[in-house]
Amino acid sequence: MDLRYSESDEKFRAELRAWLAEAVPAFGPPPGIHDWAARRLYDTGWQQKLFEAGYAGINWPREFGGRDLSATEQLVYYEEIARAGAPYIGVNFVGLLHGGPTLIAEGSAEQKARHLPRILRGEEVWCQGFSEPSAGSDLAALQTRAVRDGDDYVVSGHKIWCSFGPVADFGEFLVRTDPDAPKHRGISWLILPMDLPGIEIRPLPTLMGESDFSEVFLDNVRVPARNRVGAENDGWRITNVTLRFERGTAFASEMINLQQTLAKLTAFAKRVTSDGVRAWDDADLRRRLGHLAAELDALWAMVKLSVCEAEAAGIPGVGASAVKLFYTELNQRINEVGMRLLGRAGLCRDEIEDMPNALIAGRSLQSLSLTIAAGTSQIQRNIISERILGLPREPRPAAEKAKPA
Amino acid sequence: MNFQISEDQRALQEGVRSFCEGRLPDERLAELAEGGGFDRALWKDLAELGVFSLRRAQAEGGLGLGFCESVLVFAELGRRAAPGPLAWSQLAVSLIDGVAEGEVVVGGLDLTGGAALGPHLLEHLDHVDVLLVMDDAGLRRLDPNAIEARPVEVPLDPLTPLHRADSLPEGEWLAGPDEAARLRIEGAALLSGQLLGIAETTLLMAVAFAKEREQFGRPIGGFQALKHLMADMFVRQEVARSAVYAAGATLDDPLVGSAPRAVSAAKLVASEAALANAHACIQIHGGMGFTWEVPAHYFLKRARVLECCFGGSSEHADESARHLAERAEALVAARA
Repeated sequence: MDLRYSESDEKFRAELRAWLAEAVPAFGPPPGIHDWAARRLYDTGWQQKLFEAGYAGINWPREFGGRDLSATEQLVYYEEIARAGAPYIGVNFVGLLHGGPTLIAEGSAEQKARHLPRILRGEEVWCQGFSEPSAGSDLAALQTRAVRDGDDYVVSGHKIWCSFGPVADFGEFLVRTDPDAPKHRGISWLILPMDLPGIEIRPLPTLMGESDFSEVFLDNVRVPARNRVGAENDGWRITNVTLRFERGTAFASEMINLQQTLAKLTAFAKRVTSDGVRAWDDADLRRRLGHLAAELDALWAMVKLSVCEAEAAGIPGVGASAVKLFYTELNQRINEVGMRLLGRAGLCRDEIEDMPNALIAGRSLQSLSLTIAAGTSQIQRNIISERILGLPREPRPAAEKAKPA
Repeated sequence: MNFQISEDQRALQEGVRSFCEGRLPDERLAELAEGGGFDRALWKDLAELGVFSLRRAQAEGGLGLGFCESVLVFAELGRRAAPGPLAWSQLAVSLIDGVAEGEVVVGGLDLTGGAALGPHLLEHLDHVDVLLVMDDAGLRRLDPNAIEARPVEVPLDPLTPLHRADSLPEGEWLAGPDEAARLRIEGAALLSGQLLGIAETTLLMAVAFAKEREQFGRPIGGFQALKHLMADMFVRQEVARSAVYAAGATLDDPLVGSAPRAVSAAKLVASEAALANAHACIQIHGGMGFTWEVPAHYFLKRARVLECCFGGSSEHADESARHLAERAEALVAARA
């Protein structure tokens, strides 16, 4: 039960910190949120820089160009990236944290060679095509059909919540290859080149007013069968490997950002005056902020514990659901206190000088997605109560057929 | 960094767990509640197990272990609501002779932060041989027999009997304010361990009951409304577990962070987990949960006792806010 980073961890930290101190200021500020082409250029440009400096794929094996850092070095990495205010992983998210890790675990030698180095170098952007309008929390109910025709699958269907769709080169897509099997057993995992004929991408504005994700319509898209990852109809198991990565350490840098957000809010509370009174002098508010800070410390300890446990087990465990659930709801509670503190200034999403209003107003909206994406909080509670506590399962869909009635 | 419990720590945890489960089954808690809330023979055996001498150097007859092991052991004591001034006695092991062996029972009263006005509520006064009083000036020892006090007829926790005293003699000074402050932080860490144990045990009780109890033709644990209550109990337990382990690790190795900050976080989230989980456990038991017979109430009541000692939640929230303000000032300074 030891929290001390090793000498080699600290050596790694010092090197990374020195590199970031030069690289981050030199890279410049990010482009506007609506300019997808510029965002791709910026995010992949930063990924290229990381690659050149030897900081790409921190948890990927060396044989695929990764850094293969230990779990604790990864934590150091996230701490330093956040500390330096380095660019967000952005459009590289799906490739680096989803698609790539899935190929490493389940892909063929050819698939690995084709995609992994390009993802690491920022030359290939991925998106995700899992959810459908009728398959959200019940993801295994997905209906997008893939019919084998010679060396191809012919894919038709409708995907939704596809982040980075407009700029993606490839997508990780779940498709139904056996409509007669129980619904979890008829799904396959495909690498979908996003420039194939028959693919239409329609941006879907979020409540932020931004086109962060898209709908994807597939109309008889011919996908080579060699793009299937793993065995036919084994896609559900493969997906669960990916989802567990998403619930594991994927949020680490956001958690550290949240610590900084809370410190910014505190700095604001300590100087804002209303009738000459600082918000910080209100014991109730001060204690609420202190309590949130304590919970953030507990969360970071929880990440360390779960990372150390995951390292021993090889992949993130189901306990990662507890981390995800706690982190996402804590994030919302912090932004809620922030909005109360800002008062009317929170109604303005333009920057007001010396105020965190734009940051908090934006986050208070953005954070609403956290308890929905990657398995809603309600689904996480089902997972915890069934898989960890052993309570009776929800009526099981395993026996159901995938075909709609 | 390997933040997981080591094999030795696991073995210690399991040893204390099976001891406490054997000696403090539910029926025994009921007997103790009836019989004054203390068991001197159990106390001696806990001493033999090393509960009080855990952190004492091996050369002095202790186990030479640290706070990591102590919070694990105190979590096990909390899981079975072991009665008595456990934290005070462990803190006193190097100050008072005979504590390590269980010959001398040391209790205490924390008056830090200006709570000096009476009446004072003294825990286990009939069972302690030495009473420590901690305040902003330091730490002193009092002879319990020299205190004029009358028993409280109905203490909130039947396993924590109380006496009421309107004033206290000065006693003999043992330590100044710095050492008292250090002991207080260490004591808060130990209590956090006990509170974690309460969060764990009330979750176990709730899950076991919900799997057995049937209504509407099926186990109530299958209803999502209850499953989600228990999932939230699990999350609170895990948050508390992480923070309590971190407090232990930070006390053992000050280079990894600020011990006062880590302990305040642990005390806050462990208090919250213990109180909320004990409440949820009673709720899940339904009408039976409101009876004396179902032992959930012992844990809720003990959680209240522990929450109040060595800084209540408001004080630890203030302390956390103080550390947060330091970070905020550093942020402002860095920008300037």
